[in-house]
Amino acid sequence: MDFTLKIWRQKNAKAKGKFVTYNLKDVSSNCSFLEMLDILNEQLVHQNEEPVVFDTDCREGICGLCSLYINGRPHGPDDAITTCQLHMRKFKDGDIIVVEPWRARPFPVIKDLMVDRTAFDAIIQEGGFISVNTGGAPDANAIIIPKEAAELSMDAAACIGCGACVAACKNASAMLFVSAKVSHFALLPQGKPEAKERVRKMVAKMDELGFGNCTNTFACEVECPKLISVSTIARMNREFLWAKIG
Amino acid sequence: MTELNAKIPEGPLAEKWANYKAHQNLVNPTNKRKLDVIVVGTGLAGASAAASLGELGFTVKNFCYQDSPRRAHSIAAQGGINAAKNYQNDGDSIYRLFYDTIKGGDYRSREGNVYRLAEVSNEIIDHCVAQGVPFAREYSGLLDNRSFGGALVSRTFYARGQTGQQLLLGAYSALSRQIKLGTVKLYNRHEMIELVVIDGKARGIIARDLITGKLERYFGHAVVIATGGYGNVFYLSTNAMGSNASAIWQIFKKGAMFANPCFTQIHPTCIPVHGDYQSKLTLMSESLRNDGRIWVPKNKEDAEKLRKKQIRAKEIKEEDRDYYLERRYPAYGNLVPRDVASRAAKERCDAGYGVGESGFAVYLDFEESIGRLGKYVIEERYGNLFQMYEKIVNENPYENPMMIYPAVHYTMGGIWVDYELMTTIPGLYCLGEANFSDHGANRLGASALMQGLADGYFVLPYTIQNFLSNEIRVPRMSTDRPEFEEAEKSAGDRLSKLMRIKGNKSVDHFHKELGKIMWEYVGMGRNEPGLTKAINLIRILRDDFWKDLRIPGNLDEMNIELEKANRVADFLELAELLALDALERKESCGGHLREEYQTPEGECLRNDKDYMYVAAWEYTGGNNPYKMHKEELKYEEIEVKQRIYK
Repeated sequence: MDFTLKIWRQKNAKAKGKFVTYNLKDVSSNCSFLEMLDILNEQLVHQNEEPVVFDTDCREGICGLCSLYINGRPHGPDDAITTCQLHMRKFKDGDIIVVEPWRARPFPVIKDLMVDRTAFDAIIQEGGFISVNTGGAPDANAIIIPKEAAELSMDAAACIGCGACVAACKNASAMLFVSAKVSHFALLPQGKPEAKERVRKMVAKMDELGFGNCTNTFACEVECPKLISVSTIARMNREFLWAKIG
Repeated sequence: MTELNAKIPEGPLAEKWANYKAHQNLVNPTNKRKLDVIVVGTGLAGASAAASLGELGFTVKNFCYQDSPRRAHSIAAQGGINAAKNYQNDGDSIYRLFYDTIKGGDYRSREGNVYRLAEVSNEIIDHCVAQGVPFAREYSGLLDNRSFGGALVSRTFYARGQTGQQLLLGAYSALSRQIKLGTVKLYNRHEMIELVVIDGKARGIIARDLITGKLERYFGHAVVIATGGYGNVFYLSTNAMGSNASAIWQIFKKGAMFANPCFTQIHPTCIPVHGDYQSKLTLMSESLRNDGRIWVPKNKEDAEKLRKKQIRAKEIKEEDRDYYLERRYPAYGNLVPRDVASRAAKERCDAGYGVGESGFAVYLDFEESIGRLGKYVIEERYGNLFQMYEKIVNENPYENPMMIYPAVHYTMGGIWVDYELMTTIPGLYCLGEANFSDHGANRLGASALMQGLADGYFVLPYTIQNFLSNEIRVPRMSTDRPEFEEAEKSAGDRLSKLMRIKGNKSVDHFHKELGKIMWEYVGMGRNEPGLTKAINLIRILRDDFWKDLRIPGNLDEMNIELEKANRVADFLELAELLALDALERKESCGGHLREEYQTPEGECLRNDKDYMYVAAWEYTGGNNPYKMHKEELKYEEIEVKQRIYK
């Protein structure tokens, strides 16, 4: 397959970026999107040009490091996947493919397609944990958790922190990310003692870092590689309200 | 070099760890905050160690090359974590987990370390539940278990097919709490380039800020390396793209011994290789072998037709299928350990019964279990794995059997450590996959997560105090000292040297070539002529690398090609040591199959008389830079037998 790629190139955080066009020929349809970029980079190195910088690590859809806004969609034109799980068979021969970094103020570009997502870590540091020190925990089966609660908690805990929700949102809201972590703990008895403080602090940090508000377009849910439901946002809003008045 | 002393505590096996803890030295709370500990790596071992040391009050500096600690490759572990809870009332115990692990490792690991691992396994589950890890549960609300290879009991705790993710997020949450409290300072997008040794003790590191390209100096009273395994020496593996051996290779060159480098694990159930552009291999969890049955056609003609896509797997009648694991190993069936399952798959494919376009694949079939349990149950157990398979292969595994083939997955070998997890350099510790200590020649499924967390939560926070208690009078050292200066200079020189080559070939070219050599001659089947040839080819390739490598861009800025080049330069050296160790070990055991040493049935033929030792390699420099030392293995509790899973 042949492709025309229009890729965002930006020297560093302060430099002005621009789209650069590349033509790539004879790409196998079984190639993953990032492997296609590997092929491009190999060619660039041969021409003694700097390769396109993008984040990648596990290449099996779980580390959450890969990003890329492809033809207007975070993680590209398929559902419930990360960019590393996108394959070229999802495109047509001769397609023009536009590749951009995540666009959100709290995620500044580092270089080319690589962005800084440490804002997510900062939110977790505010309260995305249970304050238990190593040692002294009771027997694991001393805490009984109904299967349904454990499953719902796991649904929310499946978040990989990639930031597609923020990239998809016209307000650059991080509500899906934050609500997933709040829900993960709110659904478990271990998470109850700190529930109010947790939601209050995490929401405050999210606002402080410049993430926008949720206006219920549900774009985040559509693009989430782990199918995290917007019902977690409703749960977080309930938790937040309860924390304020309770 | 003095004789290797593993420092195994006195007393009966079951009391060693309790004895150790009762008599070790501790650091008082006010002194803890005056002591700095550097932890490199934020996977299960690194993050759990950094968080636990922070909780104790030490001043911790934690490094990772990714943007966030949560990305470390522990995140990709799928199936589960073992513990000897015996919640299923199926006869499990600490002793049985210990026994299975020693036997699974083909009698090439230390009794003392492995017993302790089994002992603390239960505390790990307790702690992770307290942290809010959402393990799978029964309708009663109690914890559920599944079975893994090499065990006759169900002792594996899991969170769907994302157990590693959930455990890592648990450790990451504990770490995040400490970062906020200020006990841990995180250095993300930083890569360790060099170790700093002062007066014979590990006292710091040189790290490269991957964004600015600058080299930076960091002091620690002790240094902990938890940077994972070296599977990427094979280029194609289930490891992450960035997984590398540079930290362990640097400490090796500074005096930490490297043990059993040839003990590498080839995992039987991975998605087969499909093209030369491929960048990595994807694992399909071992847990799938709970419900999937592995087979190839009984007739070569059928295999031929399947390869040419003239017929489909479903059309092969039941009586024409060879469920070769169930046939050869009736007691364990599809749940034989990984090394056994991998070799059996290779044997069938080499004999001409393989399927898939290349002929290097076997079927993992869920038809029977879907019929027995219903599609819903299979979906609930393995849904995310089935989805992952479909995305890559473009075939629906609910309707057609999965195609799988073995791939490089884990390295049992690693830095030599004693009972305290200290290397041969005082004050330098090594945890998790990066060390060699617990898995012998083969690791059982669901034991890597157990070991990583055991080391980080429950072993190192104790043992490191035995060392640090003698360091309380040592003030924080200035990084202007000549030792830091020298280490930074040597790191800088090496990076400049790489930049100056200005040849014609990319880093990936060399990495792929190295991978081909390693897979061909140092992979699943090894023999003397092949290994000798491999060593020669690796040397030629390494020479070419230092003559003809091309790295665009500059040294003092973000440079992804330079990052890769630095890692591949180390792989090109490590590869030779790996092949050399494989050549020296003239026996077959666990994942190390020397084709010259097999039973008539094609099983591993161990040589306990001559090879019941840990091969610990010392770096001596010069033309023959590697010197082997032996740590004899003594089995006091366990009767050493042939490993039989029939």
